[in-house]
Amino acid sequence: MGRTISEKILGSHSGTAARAGDIVVAELDFMMAQDGTAPLAIRSYEGMKGGAPAHPERVALCIDHNAPSPLRSVSELHALMRSFAGEHGLELNDVGEGVCHQVMLDKAHVVPGSLVIGADSHTCTYGAVNAFATGVGSTDMAAGMLSGALWFRVPETMKVTVSGKLPEGVSAKDIALMMVGDITADGATYMALEIGGDTITALDLDGRLTISNLAVEMGAKAGLMEADDKTLEFFEGRTTASFESVSPDADARYAREIAYDVSGLEPQIARPHQVDNVCAVGEVAGVPVAEGLIGTCTNGRIEDLRSAAAVLGGRKVAAGVRLIVAPASREVMLEALREGLIEIFTEAGAAVMCPGCASCVGTHQGVPGDGENVISTANRNFKGRMGNPEAFIYLASPTTVAASCIEGKITDPREYLP
Amino acid sequence: MLLKGKAHRFGDDVNTDYIISGRHKFKTLDMDELACHVMEDLDPEFYGRCQEGDFIVAGKNFGCGSSREQAPLALKHAGVAGVLAGSFARIYFRNSINNGLPAIVCDTTEIEDGDELEIDLEAGMVRDVTKGIELASSPLPKVMLDILSEGGLVEYMSRHGSLKVS
Ligand code: SF4
Repeated sequence: MGRTISEKILGSHSGTAARAGDIVVAELDFMMAQDGTAPLAIRSYEGMKGGAPAHPERVALCIDHNAPSPLRSVSELHALMRSFAGEHGLELNDVGEGVCHQVMLDKAHVVPGSLVIGADSHTCTYGAVNAFATGVGSTDMAAGMLSGALWFRVPETMKVTVSGKLPEGVSAKDIALMMVGDITADGATYMALEIGGDTITALDLDGRLTISNLAVEMGAKAGLMEADDKTLEFFEGRTTASFESVSPDADARYAREIAYDVSGLEPQIARPHQVDNVCAVGEVAGVPVAEGLIGTCTNGRIEDLRSAAAVLGGRKVAAGVRLIVAPASREVMLEALREGLIEIFTEAGAAVMCPGCASCVGTHQGVPGDGENVISTANRNFKGRMGNPEAFIYLASPTTVAASCIEGKITDPREYLP
Repeated sequence: MLLKGKAHRFGDDVNTDYIISGRHKFKTLDMDELACHVMEDLDPEFYGRCQEGDFIVAGKNFGCGSSREQAPLALKHAGVAGVLAGSFARIYFRNSINNGLPAIVCDTTEIEDGDELEIDLEAGMVRDVTKGIELASSPLPKVMLDILSEGGLVEYMSRHGSLKVS
């Protein structure tokens, strides 16, 4: 009987013939924590009283969730991260480097076939480059830093096949939201997704990352894709490390198989306060919006900014609406600058923020007011998510957010097709 | 080990932002301070009502959302002795065990707010004393029971230095 990508990667890293349901202790290729989780990981690490990390070169800490710091107490936690990283020789990505997940990719700390943990739930994003990557908590991160390994339950796999040519004006985010709406917020709990099909192959890497990013919103442990030429092209020049991509066997065993045809898909939107509360944008068109956010680890990459700029170019954000744009990383920011996208956003009336999480998690920069509607490219719209439980968050693609901010109300982006 | 306490009833999909909002958790490592805000977006009175040793009883997918470990920690510091749910989101589940807070999977539909509960972790048995019913719970993998019995992963690692599954 053949094996899934998860079984192969967890098997090769634990020296076992790992099968779904097995518990294995596996060697980690890389681990990451951000400023919301690293301080606690440091405290747990110190509680473990174990001395030096097993592999300091496999650890990176990122200051992205509260960057730059909005508060004195947060600055102290950042200082703790800097001194811990300095003491143990760990990579520290400081304010302005970008959202942890994009930094891991930009710096090629994650490669095809690798096993990676991150003390952040959206670590599943790197599944799009064929890494078994999953989110853990701070204490797991601490145990990983100390021993270089962690225990895993080898997950069952749900195979998702997406086929059909995407209609004009419909993007990877719309596919991802459609999947979350259909599979639901806990439909893939404890499982890995293997996502493929001709639509996925046709997507650029940025779009694939958007889809894997939302795997955890279905409860999944990983959102895996196979590597292809586009994947290898991304890593060219970024790393000299050797790696081997992993494909599932043709007779691998799946817990469930789902197929989608997206040739008739319309732009999708998640309504408050649950990510799986999804409908077509047309169904809520006209709902007024006060704030827009384009960025985050879901949609802050260069393709996302290009598509938003294509809508915003030569237009203005409606009066009374604030549009916040935050490139996912310094690399994305630089590319956006070179291409003139930052100029387009700024002329359109948007506020461009420092690369990082920006308003996504409600701790700084862009907390909405009571009763306001927000339209965002992020991945979560829980009540209170952006810092105000009295606000209402809608999730959509970069073009839907851009079009909605121009109109001041939720708008189908196909009205703005070039 | 027999745990006894009162049930505090919540619904499905209680996410970690509801357990402890990001607007509090980024500010401090002081868990007693975070504990005062636990569950406040769902029930502002919860912290005041929760007695040492009480249980949270929820529906499916408890702890979905972010990986914040402050969620089980803040619950623990608020006096919660364990969470019973139809299912847990996986990162929360790991975090809960890693911090020595039992996470018990069982059919919770019959348990009502205020019911007196008794839980035997080793035997995998949940008793609703008020209703006079017993509910079987799914057993935990051995590695999780080992971590729980040491009091959490920090204690486990400080004693053993690395993880063992057999
Ligand atoms: S951008 Fe948002 S979802 Fe992504 S890592 Fe930052 S806070 Fe989390």
